[in-house]
Amino acid sequence: MITSLALPGVIRTSFLVLVIMGLSGAFSSLVLADSGSIQGKTDSNTNHISNSVPDNSKVHEYQLKNGMKVLVKQDKRAPVAVIQVWYRIGTSYEHDGITGLSHLLEHMMFKGTKKHASGEFEKLVSAIGARNNAFTSQDYTAYYEVLASDKLETAIEIEADRMRNLLFDPEEFKKELEVVKEERRLRTDDNPNALMREQFNAVAFLNSPYRAPVIGWMVDLEHMKVEDAHDWYKKWYTPNNATLVIVGDVDPEQIHAWAEKYFGVYQSHPLPDVKVRTEVEQKGIRHITMKLPAKLPGLRMGFKVPGMISAKKGEVEKWEPYALEVLAYILDGGDSARFAKNLVRGREIAASAGAGYYSYGRLPNLFVITGVPAKDVSTADLQKALLNEVDILKNELVSEAELKRVKAQVVANEVFERDSIEHVATLLGSLESVGLGHQYMDDYVPGVLAVTAEQIREVAKKYLLEDHLTVAELIPQSLKTTAKTEKKPSTTKSIKK
Amino acid sequence: MKMNALIKIRLKALLGGLLLVITQLGFAAPKIENWVTDSGLQVYYVQVPELPMLDVRLTFAAGSAHDGDKAGLASMTSSMLDKGAAGMNADQVAEAFESVGAEFSTGSARDMAWISLRTVTRAEQMQPALASWKKIIASPDFPEADFARLKKQMLIGLEAEKQSPAAIASKAFYKNLYHDHPYAQPQNGTEKSIQSMRIDDLKNYYKRFYVVKNAQLALVGSISRNEAEKIARQIADALMSKGKGAGEKAPEVPEVQPLPKAEVIHIPYPSKQAHIMIGQPGDKRGDKDYFKLYLGNHVLGGSGFTSRLMKEVRVKRGLAYSVYSYFIPMQENGPFMLGLQTRLSETDKALEVVRDVLRKFQKEGPTEEELKASKLNITGGFPLRTASNDDIIGYLAMIGFYAMPLDYLDTFTAKVNKITRDEVIDAFKRRVDPDKMLTVIVGGEEKHKDKVKDNAKENSKAENKTLGKEAITEKKPQK
Repeated sequence: MITSLALPGVIRTSFLVLVIMGLSGAFSSLVLADSGSIQGKTDSNTNHISNSVPDNSKVHEYQLKNGMKVLVKQDKRAPVAVIQVWYRIGTSYEHDGITGLSHLLEHMMFKGTKKHASGEFEKLVSAIGARNNAFTSQDYTAYYEVLASDKLETAIEIEADRMRNLLFDPEEFKKELEVVKEERRLRTDDNPNALMREQFNAVAFLNSPYRAPVIGWMVDLEHMKVEDAHDWYKKWYTPNNATLVIVGDVDPEQIHAWAEKYFGVYQSHPLPDVKVRTEVEQKGIRHITMKLPAKLPGLRMGFKVPGMISAKKGEVEKWEPYALEVLAYILDGGDSARFAKNLVRGREIAASAGAGYYSYGRLPNLFVITGVPAKDVSTADLQKALLNEVDILKNELVSEAELKRVKAQVVANEVFERDSIEHVATLLGSLESVGLGHQYMDDYVPGVLAVTAEQIREVAKKYLLEDHLTVAELIPQSLKTTAKTEKKPSTTKSIKK
Repeated sequence: MKMNALIKIRLKALLGGLLLVITQLGFAAPKIENWVTDSGLQVYYVQVPELPMLDVRLTFAAGSAHDGDKAGLASMTSSMLDKGAAGMNADQVAEAFESVGAEFSTGSARDMAWISLRTVTRAEQMQPALASWKKIIASPDFPEADFARLKKQMLIGLEAEKQSPAAIASKAFYKNLYHDHPYAQPQNGTEKSIQSMRIDDLKNYYKRFYVVKNAQLALVGSISRNEAEKIARQIADALMSKGKGAGEKAPEVPEVQPLPKAEVIHIPYPSKQAHIMIGQPGDKRGDKDYFKLYLGNHVLGGSGFTSRLMKEVRVKRGLAYSVYSYFIPMQENGPFMLGLQTRLSETDKALEVVRDVLRKFQKEGPTEEELKASKLNITGGFPLRTASNDDIIGYLAMIGFYAMPLDYLDTFTAKVNKITRDEVIDAFKRRVDPDKMLTVIVGGEEKHKDKVKDNAKENSKAENKTLGKEAITEKKPQK
């Protein structure tokens, strides 16, 4: 499943999984072994079924006078904690021409303040044994440290410091911009599926800000100025636009006191007006092809659907997003789900196939279906087969056994997810930041458990409509480099590219 | 019954906690219990009472190092395990786990293969999940039709690797680092080896390597020691069923030879970036230099933003998003590698910076200040490493598989902290030779040989005499 709060398009800064430290080195070869393999499924968030945490330890919520929210959840299994500071700012707040600015600013947040010069910051964090990084999505930017809980105060102090005191050195900016451009080349430009996904989004959405890539268009990056980043920072990095989330072996009252001490000193600032930009209604299927140097064809399809936020705002029935969520599990909630069972095994039409409901944004998003055709199967036939599975959902009720299976998975996952304090913190922070509210965690499991077979059929009929569908097809082109073709100017083949 | 068991667990946890408070100040690593079942299965167990869940992992010396001349054999055997067992077909296997919310997985790497299970501990879910898991271990069916499909899937997997410069680089790196050694084998096989694989190869491999004497079992979760012992016995029985007996240990992985000379391999590829990997055989698990190399590398390229490589390549020059170095200790010497990706136009410059950083570090080692900072980071961050059940079972599997001492986690930081700067310098001098590094570059157009030679020259300034014999290999992109 692509579903869930492990949100799509989230970009992690600084270093990749490639930085594999020390002890875990034993298994790093496994990580490398998996790269490039499609034995699993298509999206990296595959199989991660998210959500919700039972309330055996409740979330403590505080609000500072300057409007900053503080969420604390205890987990005393180990003497560790995660601290995250969330800002409600991301690509969906940007306009054309400045795409990628929120993410670039995230990088600049590591470049020093008046108090902690560039480099000093990292030393300080390292000295307390913390693992730190940040991530940017369409809807938010978050910074975190994972550390021994007795070192927490230092991390809070550091995070508070860079909320308002960041330096924007033009030289540092210039170098960091190059780093971000390298990041774009690594993640997107040299990855055919990522490139396809980027243009797919731009075609699926006409005026919704979800059309822009989080990393930004290269041309926008090339023309970004240090003043742009500085202005963006001044506008959005204020306590009343932030949430502090801490999960771990901590005392909530102590955290509250520290939050007052370090973040409480800042004034709140009026935030810029956020334009509404509701996506215009789609009036017919859209189709794009992407010819890219690649070996494997690929397919990406997306239906316009309401999000969890639509239900919260009363625009759709409360149960509808949950029904779409369960529908995604029916298609791709594991190896016994329909895509794996019918298309990967069964008819052997897909080498891989995935479905995911992108439901946790501050704006409505897509229900996405992806696939790679099996050997000797055309992309057109794969498309037909995938959409046929959608049609079946519109016409027939899912079985009791399937529903039971999904619900068992959701209930078990609720336990599994508590194993990672980072995951729990990320759920709290993202729900809060997109406007759903952290209490949503408690609604999730009951919401899923209440879904009926009839409701699944109803949302399939209501939302998975051909007129609201966008299809992108990857058509592989030769992987030969130009130099090689230049060497043989006489052959007709060489003119190809 | 259930209630009693729970109360016992809590009590035990409480007492355990008390003991730890008395004997140890500060961080205490998870308490690992180890025993051997009657049939000879090694068991490693950590009780974590707080979450109602259980992780189980069986590891075997059954990775690609044991493929022999059938590249991909370990990987295919592992992938076939959930395709049918004890009469259940692939659909039924998947349903058996997912209908009780359990997660089943298998995998393989160079040294090892593993079979895992994650389940909640409510009896109505855990018992069926464990029962299905044992069926798979006892009698996988290796159905022909699924095998035929797997072959096609593997071939598509190989195609996917060819459109990833990172995967191309990694493959070329292992191949040229290990040459005739089994670690050179492509784990996912080759077109040829996959096509010629037979189902009997897999069955025989399973019979030979997935046996009690070649296995370790790790258990982490909210089950009691008694329950753990019972589960371990059942798993051992399952492994021995069908007259398989306890079997034999896998043969030793042969020793790794050091690289005789520097080598630069450039693979043209239509990418925006060059993917660069530099390295040579490094160290192994239980290596006498392990901690010194680990600590030294933390300074060199293992600590993220504060590492020398990150500072020089990314922070000072904006040449890359990701740059790193690490040792991957394995059964025998795993790779020591440095890597980065940079825009094509900066390839030579980035190479020069990385090589300079390595050369200087190998010669002079870390400063006292750097060493101190790394020790602080490793010690201070140590509790993070065992914060989740998932982390803990990873360590148990590693400790069990590589026969590390049970106090590995308890003594880790003490061992790191007593290492001196001279010891790091000495270890790097003996174990890392900057003049004999393998360099793999994927990306850009085919280079003129002279140009590549220039790069190599920089790599081995000191070794003029070997330059003439330097192997400069141009490789075509793999089809």
